[in-house]
Amino acid sequence: MINSSPFTHKSINLSSYMGVVVIALLPALFTYIWFFGLGIAVHMLIGITTALVTETIMLKLRHRPAASFITDNSAIITAVLLVFCIPSFAPWWITFIGVAFAMVFGKHLYGGLGYNPFNPAMIGYAMLLISFPAQMTAWSAPAELLGNTPNFISTLQIIFSGSILDTHLFDAITMATPLDMLKTQLGLEQDMKTILAQPVFGIMAGKGWEWVNIAILAGGLWLMYKRIINWHIPVAVLGSLFVMASIFYLIDPQAYISPVVHLFGGAAMLGAFFIATDPVTASTTIKGRLWFGAGVGVLTFTIRTWGGYPDGIAFAVLLMNMATPLIDYYTQPRVFGHDGDKS
Amino acid sequence: MLKTIQQLWQFRGGLHLEEHKDESTLLPISSIPLPKKLVLPLQQHLGQTAEAIVSKGDKVLKGQKIAEASGYVSVPLHAPTSGTVIDIDNYPIAHPSSMKSMCIVIESDGRDQWIEKHPVSNYESMTPEQLREHIFEAGIVGMGGAGFPSFIKLNPGEEKKVKTLILNGAECEPYITCDDMLMREQADNIITGARIMLRALQAEHCLIGIENNKPEAIAAIQKAASAFSDIEVVSVPTLYPTGGEKQLIKVLTGLEVPNQSFPSDIGIVCHNVATANAIYRAFILGEPSISRVLTVAGNNIETARNLEVLIGTPFSDVINVCGGLINKNASLVMGGPMMGFQIHSEQAPVIKTCNCILARDDNTSHEHHMPCIRCGQCAEVCPVNLLPQQLYWYAHARDFDKIQDYKLFDCIECGCCDYVCPSDIPLVQYYRFAKTEIWVQEQEKQKSDIARQRHEFRNSRLERDKRERAERHKKKLASSDKSDDKDKKQKVIQDALDRVKAKRDAQQANQNNDQ
Repeated sequence: MINSSPFTHKSINLSSYMGVVVIALLPALFTYIWFFGLGIAVHMLIGITTALVTETIMLKLRHRPAASFITDNSAIITAVLLVFCIPSFAPWWITFIGVAFAMVFGKHLYGGLGYNPFNPAMIGYAMLLISFPAQMTAWSAPAELLGNTPNFISTLQIIFSGSILDTHLFDAITMATPLDMLKTQLGLEQDMKTILAQPVFGIMAGKGWEWVNIAILAGGLWLMYKRIINWHIPVAVLGSLFVMASIFYLIDPQAYISPVVHLFGGAAMLGAFFIATDPVTASTTIKGRLWFGAGVGVLTFTIRTWGGYPDGIAFAVLLMNMATPLIDYYTQPRVFGHDGDKS
Repeated sequence: MLKTIQQLWQFRGGLHLEEHKDESTLLPISSIPLPKKLVLPLQQHLGQTAEAIVSKGDKVLKGQKIAEASGYVSVPLHAPTSGTVIDIDNYPIAHPSSMKSMCIVIESDGRDQWIEKHPVSNYESMTPEQLREHIFEAGIVGMGGAGFPSFIKLNPGEEKKVKTLILNGAECEPYITCDDMLMREQADNIITGARIMLRALQAEHCLIGIENNKPEAIAAIQKAASAFSDIEVVSVPTLYPTGGEKQLIKVLTGLEVPNQSFPSDIGIVCHNVATANAIYRAFILGEPSISRVLTVAGNNIETARNLEVLIGTPFSDVINVCGGLINKNASLVMGGPMMGFQIHSEQAPVIKTCNCILARDDNTSHEHHMPCIRCGQCAEVCPVNLLPQQLYWYAHARDFDKIQDYKLFDCIECGCCDYVCPSDIPLVQYYRFAKTEIWVQEQEKQKSDIARQRHEFRNSRLERDKRERAERHKKKLASSDKSDDKDKKQKVIQDALDRVKAKRDAQQANQNNDQ
């Protein structure tokens, strides 16, 4: 093929593009370590290593140029996002299986980067949650409730051997997440005021969790500022979740979780800024992004309120991923010089 | 005349590019030494190729017509200098596919002797038809790059009333400054050209759109236009591709040219400022279109500058005037970095549409591009509001029906999507490929349609012949049956008659015997 115009190019490439996303998650990671200990850091290392090794093997098997694809940083993003969804004292093989499954079944079997219809990290998460519910719901308690987080050595022991010197320690360091607590207790017809008086709840949502969510929000806003993501999907996700939650909370504040807890108590921030915005699997038109985000928000609220899981971001995103081609088709913009919309 | 700041509109998307315009505006426009040899392609414009009216060995004078227009969308060609026609043959020209094309080659005699000129200064008393005829005879085509014969664009037709003439001085591509320098130095001539065009179009007023990164040009044109109340100079924001015809119309008037329509359908005609200057020269100086101002720029050029160059001058002559190439293997581009095309022969000649020769390091390597991650940055910058990522998807999949649903043919190939793509995908190349494939398919479809029609016609003809033959045969059979019947009947009658006769004879014989 002959070399044709344009002969000039913006100096941004995929690796720096993806690298910015990873950097945007660092504040959240440090906040998480501050409140919940070093477990997540260990899992991050396991996850990133697994992702890079799996990616290399798959690229070799698929006869693709491994070097240029491994350095695109996309495998690291998948690992980092999935690890954020895994309890920090879960055994090492949870992360290993989850990330490997995400890379192989969520990404490469569909054709690799750019061709996967579903968010790979969420594919991995959904598989783990369904297959290993016990390990996936044993969340670590925030440090302020423990008084002290397990040190690095005991963290490693917990993650790698599962053998804990103090047999009561594991029960002591794990507890339900705020949303989980609310769902279970509301199911037991507990009074909302009593539930919120439990030690796990903090200023607005859960102790620790609210700060992690604020850090994620900050990272997300920085991504917008860097023009890596647009405002449409995050605003639509959080907006629709907030509106739905507010309506039901106003109807019956005793039976429905408050919109603030919805936004800061679970994975809403991570989902809105980092998961639903995955360009490969989200809608690509402006209007489509708003519909896509709104769908994620509404489905998340629906699953949290009437479904079987305390948080619903992952399933909401996966369901909306399925609708993406349809949304894109019906939300084509008006082309210059043409009348009306395509829809 | 400088009017109150009129309202401006915006088109979607666009890019703020590094301009690189200062380098080539330091020196005034200057001419270059007379080339020894000029190569003049017969096809310098959109439309049908001109036909040579000189032959090898003919002596020609500067400004003498050497090729005649053939067909409506075509213009004549003139000798840029005096000399001898030494060849008429295929030569390499500036073309994206490095093809050769029919050219008239003139060896200069060094005297640069003009044919008798016929300047016209009383254009105010000429009819629009006469004005267009003069512009046609001068061989003027759009000098902004497209090269459409100007006299046609000045002839909107009986039923279309043109209200606004727009002069395009946006010059939005990086590096190119030839229109800028022309406006700075020859503003009065451009305004005269605009007046002639206004008259030819019978238009009410003229808007001159210039990007605000050219304050000197804006000031010069404003000064020159100050005497005329119907000419308005508008400073427009610098944003690539404001110089696109439809984009500039949108910015200046807020109107969108409907798809598959011409600007004249909404009462607007757009011409380049360099075309206005060529028209001025054709009337006031009586000189046909034989030279143009072009920019030589890029980091592989010793001295970037603007030059007035005769049409047909080899690129190498122009580059040498600028100190030659720093890196001998630099890639040469005709036009700007966003929409120009690569040239493979330094011997290719300057043509009427050549606004820039760019010699720079090519920093694009599309060899190993990454997959599309649908980030949508391309859609954000697309000035036509397309979805480049979807177009790429369908071009890649060779789904040429679907790609047309996504309005491939509205793409103006400005290169914005390509420029921002983080995966380095050569998007425009994919779109050109898809367009070409669709054209080829359509041509083949037309051909096969014709073949099918012929085949069906032949079949029906054979069928008809067969039927007719069968009918004729049947008729024949039928008629022959009838004649047999007749014979039979006749025979029967004859037999009967014979019998009667025999009986009568016998009776008569008996009677005779009885008597």
